[in-house]
Amino acid sequence: MAYIRAERLSVEFPIWNPSRRSLKNAVLRATTGGRLARESATRVVIQALCDLSFEFSRGDRIGLVGHNGSGKTTLLRVLTGIYEPVRGRLDVTGRVSSLLDLSLGMDHEATGYENIVLRGVLMGLPPSAIEKRVDEIAEFSELGDYLSMPIRTYSSGMLLRLAFAVSTTIAPEILLLDEWLSVGDADFREKAERRLVEMIESSAIVVLASHDVSLIRRFCSRTLKLEHGRIISEEPVAS
Amino acid sequence: MAAIALSDRPPHTVGRAVRDLVDGARAYHIWGRLGWQDVRQRYRRSLLGPFWITISAAAMIGGIGLVYSRLLRQQTDEYIPFLTVGLLGWFFIAALINDACTAFVGAEQLIKQVKLPLTVHVWRVIWRNLIILAHNVLILVPVFLYYHWAVDASAALSILGVLLIALNGFLLGIALGLVCARFRDVPPIVANLVQLAFFVTPVMFQTRALGNQTWIAQVNPFFHFLELVRAPLLGSELPVGSWIYALAATLVCGLITIGLFIRYRSRIAYWV
Repeated sequence: MAYIRAERLSVEFPIWNPSRRSLKNAVLRATTGGRLARESATRVVIQALCDLSFEFSRGDRIGLVGHNGSGKTTLLRVLTGIYEPVRGRLDVTGRVSSLLDLSLGMDHEATGYENIVLRGVLMGLPPSAIEKRVDEIAEFSELGDYLSMPIRTYSSGMLLRLAFAVSTTIAPEILLLDEWLSVGDADFREKAERRLVEMIESSAIVVLASHDVSLIRRFCSRTLKLEHGRIISEEPVAS
Repeated sequence: MAAIALSDRPPHTVGRAVRDLVDGARAYHIWGRLGWQDVRQRYRRSLLGPFWITISAAAMIGGIGLVYSRLLRQQTDEYIPFLTVGLLGWFFIAALINDACTAFVGAEQLIKQVKLPLTVHVWRVIWRNLIILAHNVLILVPVFLYYHWAVDASAALSILGVLLIALNGFLLGIALGLVCARFRDVPPIVANLVQLAFFVTPVMFQTRALGNQTWIAQVNPFFHFLELVRAPLLGSELPVGSWIYALAATLVCGLITIGLFIRYRSRIAYWV
């Protein structure tokens, strides 16, 4: 049962200038009482997400909207489990797949086939499951014999095709998308879009962060609008 | 089926630290690949590949052996095997410590984009260095053959020594990796200390050369860990004292590491 619930969830990033990262200064701060108070008074903390409470359940298609820096990507990373909330609670049930960075963990000196396996294990698939999917991934990417070549020989479009083919090979229960993925030339783009739409339809919960209003209108049932890390509105999408 | 239940209350932080340790160890298909990739990437497109590791270690041992056997007036047939085993052990230990500093910082991209147990990144470092050690060990074959050095079954004990060092490397990788993610000037400090330790640890000179000042070696943890590997291969008697010292050090190191990991694990993603 796919399910996400957040309760007064907050995330903040401490910002350290080099002097705060320095061990010497940390030691000095600990030994000199007066400085401690002054330094801590000027400590900069970015409130990336502040007191978010929401609940997503099966069938929800959430559109995350908001300006740059409003906390959309941070929220997706929190839902992925990368950043743990500084305060509050988060419950996520269901297998999460986040398409945040397609070309993550690619080894440019390794062949296309090796990279399929590498990317697959990083996505949490056991090697045996990847072996079974290699043919399907290879076929979808349409890279043919190039898959036996080191991927440094690929064009950037070819790289993205491969990355896309691997990343979308499993249908997750909870799908997190940071902007729409558009890859390759016209033909491939169409095919990739079909696949992505299929994925969205088969996932129990989808969270899509985007600036594209028509996209949100097309795929989402509900929008969460973020501003300065707070939810300022939550409304159904008029269809 | 993965479930995340995150909250800022203490029982959760202990449970999640333990789960990270367990899941990390079990994800060998991930860190195994990443560790190999690290080694291969360094030597990709070169003719000899990772065997450059073997060659550069051999060159170093040959060079130091030639000069220092004269300098220290040592018989080469005893000194060269001693030096070879000692240096190989030292390379392993020093690399583990230096790489411990970058265990998390070096994996920044992965940490920020995918949810993996954090200890995966530490195992990757350990595995990478075990692969390098395996390449270096090849040097022992010609050296032992040339100097007619006999190795008996007790030499297997040095494998246990290697494993204990690797375990400590893992613990240190978590602790130092975490500290270095927060304080970025720790890595150069560590690199300097390791460099210094090389000269005070009996690697290039025998312990007996210290005369009645052997305490210099006895208080040195590097000496004891090195002895676990070196003594069995050189046919010396079982270094019971060193084993006790090393096991006690492992215990202390383990407790500190687990404490740090429980307390600061969730901060690592924010720090890198």
